[in-house]
Amino acid sequence: MAEETITIEVLRYLPEDGAEPVLQEYEVPLRADWVVLDALNHIKDHIDGTLSYRWSCRMGVCGSCGMMVNGEPVLTCAAFLTKFAPGPIRVEPLDHFPVVRDLVVEMTDFVDKIKHVKPWVIREEEKPLEEGEFKQTPAELSDFKAYTMCINCMLCYSACPVYGLEPGFTGPAALALAQRYNLDNRDEGNDERMELLSNDEGIWSCTMVGECSEACPKGVDPAGAIQRYKLAGAADWWKSLIMKKGR
Amino acid sequence: METKTGYTLHHPKWHREDKPIFWWVKRWVYIGFIFRELTSVAIAYFAILMILAYRALQSGPEAYAELMGCLSHPAMIVINVLALGAALYHSITWFNLSPKAMVVRLGNWRVPDIMIAGGNYAGWLFISAVITAAYILG
Repeated sequence: MAEETITIEVLRYLPEDGAEPVLQEYEVPLRADWVVLDALNHIKDHIDGTLSYRWSCRMGVCGSCGMMVNGEPVLTCAAFLTKFAPGPIRVEPLDHFPVVRDLVVEMTDFVDKIKHVKPWVIREEEKPLEEGEFKQTPAELSDFKAYTMCINCMLCYSACPVYGLEPGFTGPAALALAQRYNLDNRDEGNDERMELLSNDEGIWSCTMVGECSEACPKGVDPAGAIQRYKLAGAADWWKSLIMKKGR
Repeated sequence: METKTGYTLHHPKWHREDKPIFWWVKRWVYIGFIFRELTSVAIAYFAILMILAYRALQSGPEAYAELMGCLSHPAMIVINVLALGAALYHSITWFNLSPKAMVVRLGNWRVPDIMIAGGNYAGWLFISAVITAAYILG
């Protein structure tokens, strides 16, 4: 008996042609243990070696294989073909990013935004090594642990319509990362980050669509992080107002 | 924020997809979001109505009676009922979101989400009860 197959429609963009992206169909075996990434690897190895896409770990850790599958941003290593049977399955590059080729997107903007939020422990004064490590209790760690789980897969940026409409928006993953450090008891960079992020391109651009948290494959909840940040931003604004009046 | 893309200066042309004006009709979640944003208009409407009522009260019984006459028109009743529904939907979804923004810790115990939202609802009910009591007794 012939093996059951499923159609994969891939949005292909070939910059050397200068033409608009077009859908190309491929028939791949429909196997219970195959994910969309396996199907793409099958196409690359056996059908069309010119197909371009990113992947690495194949187990939801590296964050490289994020793509739009039937209009939803997902990690293709975690999207089983059978879930989409009988198909067809449409695979497109992540929304809201410039496309370099086929399913490969340009991510410089994302990387710059991550750097912009100063994602490291900021100390007003470094203590000497002899004084030992900075201690942290499990309860203190639990304050921000969920925000450390981000794998930079950029699915949240594709799910966020605000980022699609206003590319200047710092975006969900970067703001959640800023909160990861703000809530870390070893960090003293709250004020510095607030100055950077309490503005129209930072926390106040978020209109709480909430889809970033739905798309996140690691349960980071960037939407929640940004709402907490907004509350802190509002409190900070009131504090500065009272301090000014008090002078 | 400025993006530095210097090292990709000579890269072949990227393809950029513009977001169409009706981007939000693609998914139910986005339609729901736009609908909720629109319900803010009802909140603004009630705020303006409150200011108008206050001004009418200040201007004397005639002005107030005129405003009440205008509001008792069937078309105004329909508009107000619709606006009330939209304002209630906006407020309820707002309170349901409050645990996302407020993380309260008492020692090592994190106050559960339901208690945060419940606290907000209780405050809302309390203030509404005080206003209603003042209206009835006053």
